[in-house]
Amino acid sequence: MSQLLEVSGVSVSFDGFKAINNLSFSIGEAELRAIIGPNGAGKTTFMDIVTGKTRPDEGRVVWGALSQSLLRMSESQIAQAGIGRKFQRPTVFEDQSVYDNLMMALKKDRSPWRVLSFRPQAEDRGRIEELAAEIGLSDALDRKSGELSHGQKQWLEIGMLLAQEPKLLLVDEPAAGMTLAEREHTTDLLKQAAKTRAVVVVEHDMEFVRRLDCKVTVLHEGSVLAEGSLDHVTKNQDVIDVYLGR
Amino acid sequence: MSRSFFARNPSVLIFIAVLALFTLAVTMASEAAGSGALSTSFVKTLGKTLCLCLVALAMDLVWGYTGILSLGHMAFFGLGGYMIGMWLMYARTESIVAASMSNAAIPPTDQEIVDAIGTQIFGVVGSSEFPPVWAFADSLWMQLALVVLVPGALALAFGWLAFRSRVTGVYLSILTQAMTLALALYLFQNDSGLRGNNGLSGLQNIPGLTGVPQADVSLWFFWASAFALGAGYLLCAWVVSGKFGSVIRGIRDDEARVRFLGYSVEGYKLFVFTFTAVIAGIAGALYYPQAGIINPAEIAPIASIYLAVWVAIGGRGRLYGAVIGAAIVSLLSTMFTGGQVPNLPLGFYTIHWVDWWQVLLGLSFVLVTLFAPKGIGGLFDLVTGRRSPERHGADLGPDSGSFQEKEAEE
Repeated sequence: MSQLLEVSGVSVSFDGFKAINNLSFSIGEAELRAIIGPNGAGKTTFMDIVTGKTRPDEGRVVWGALSQSLLRMSESQIAQAGIGRKFQRPTVFEDQSVYDNLMMALKKDRSPWRVLSFRPQAEDRGRIEELAAEIGLSDALDRKSGELSHGQKQWLEIGMLLAQEPKLLLVDEPAAGMTLAEREHTTDLLKQAAKTRAVVVVEHDMEFVRRLDCKVTVLHEGSVLAEGSLDHVTKNQDVIDVYLGR
Repeated sequence: MSRSFFARNPSVLIFIAVLALFTLAVTMASEAAGSGALSTSFVKTLGKTLCLCLVALAMDLVWGYTGILSLGHMAFFGLGGYMIGMWLMYARTESIVAASMSNAAIPPTDQEIVDAIGTQIFGVVGSSEFPPVWAFADSLWMQLALVVLVPGALALAFGWLAFRSRVTGVYLSILTQAMTLALALYLFQNDSGLRGNNGLSGLQNIPGLTGVPQADVSLWFFWASAFALGAGYLLCAWVVSGKFGSVIRGIRDDEARVRFLGYSVEGYKLFVFTFTAVIAGIAGALYYPQAGIINPAEIAPIASIYLAVWVAIGGRGRLYGAVIGAAIVSLLSTMFTGGQVPNLPLGFYTIHWVDWWQVLLGLSFVLVTLFAPKGIGGLFDLVTGRRSPERHGADLGPDSGSFQEKEAEE
């Protein structure tokens, strides 16, 4: 199977501290992957590199069938190429309605002139209603997203990501601060999304990762410590030493 | 969601109606209409105020909606004024010079007329040569084009450099202040080609309209300003109403998130910055013929700070707020600094408002910022019941968080 994203030999350091150390990682086209690791293992920095927020000191990040290098692209270009990112804290535009949030994310031409003359068509509205149903916010379309609960904001953000129709979804701690029922819904959303695209989930919560039931990559001190099924990596002695044993 | 533009934005219709009524009332009361309830100079003040409202609209778009606190937009306003002023001064001097030279025994050549105009205009700065920037001053259409092009080009160049380097927040504000200060200092020099600190004067005399009394001219300019404000309001309301408005408000609230949605934040900022600079230039081109004089002090950094104060007091993030703020504060400013407000004797000290106006303005700016961040425009929320969630980003918790604050209180 061809790889969608291939990260090889990437290192980055901040003021001498090596946040990422010779990291290599790859993911296929319709794959669900969980990344776990202790604090400071470089999980968020890894996402920053892929999405263009941080430039690595060395290494390659290659994307898609055309093998484009992501290192020369800006954040917005990377997002347009098909990489969506969900932040740890829910970041939706609180001052705007759920509908506007989704409309902004909908996959359309992003240039200022085209956006200026853009007027939503019936199919766009239909697509938004479809998405809202999927994330359970059909009744809340006209509400300001700032009024939503924490869990609903998380879903809205996932909905916005789905609206972007990315080929790769990077999700940072989606279950943080959620109730049990909300977690289950989130798991379903992510599994559903992974059927048609690649999804990378960074998560602390082992129970949540177990429920995702997918291949797990363990990061430690900026590089891959182990990779495999959850049962496989939890038996790995290195992993037990640095992470689970504490 | 498919309702018409006006149905979705009722405030636009109300605004246009109020503006039309106001224009009609002023016209009826003006000297040109024969009633004379309003003096010609006051009609000019009102016309100028409308231009200030237009530039405040631009400021609201760039600051209130996009979140770029530009403290340099009055530079674009001034440049617009300079561009139209060049033609006004050239054409009027030309008619005077041509009239006086036509009595000479030998008819003057074109070059002689141009030289005489140069001597007339640049005599005050000890020169008679036309600097290169005056190349198109004899053409009204070229200068009108430059009213749009010069502020636009400056904003495009400045914005491209600043936004590309991801300069944001207070650093960008300082840069814009530096830009307007640098421009003012440059124009203060005699060899800048725009008559140094003398500026351009006599702009109220419109070439070709020498026989028309100022009462009529002032009313025409008042109408033009009202029309420009109405058109500008419609255009701005249209820009912020759709998805473009969503994106720029998103940039204001969370720039990084918009970037990860795939929008080029820098491109949008540059677009808004340049667009508003062009509006400011047009407003300036309408303002200075009514003011009659423009000099580099008009684009000193303080002018742009006043602009920000008007928008803050009026209420940023809503177009009518900016207009109300600019109208009220600039009219009050004219009254207080013009000595039209009686002094306040306190027994031990007499408050001279001419001196104390700035203190009052500064105080009200601080008070509005602290206690009424929505400004005067926020008062309309009391009528329409528009409420925003005041949760400062905090949630009520995973379980009860789906309640609105009000529901949770019950």
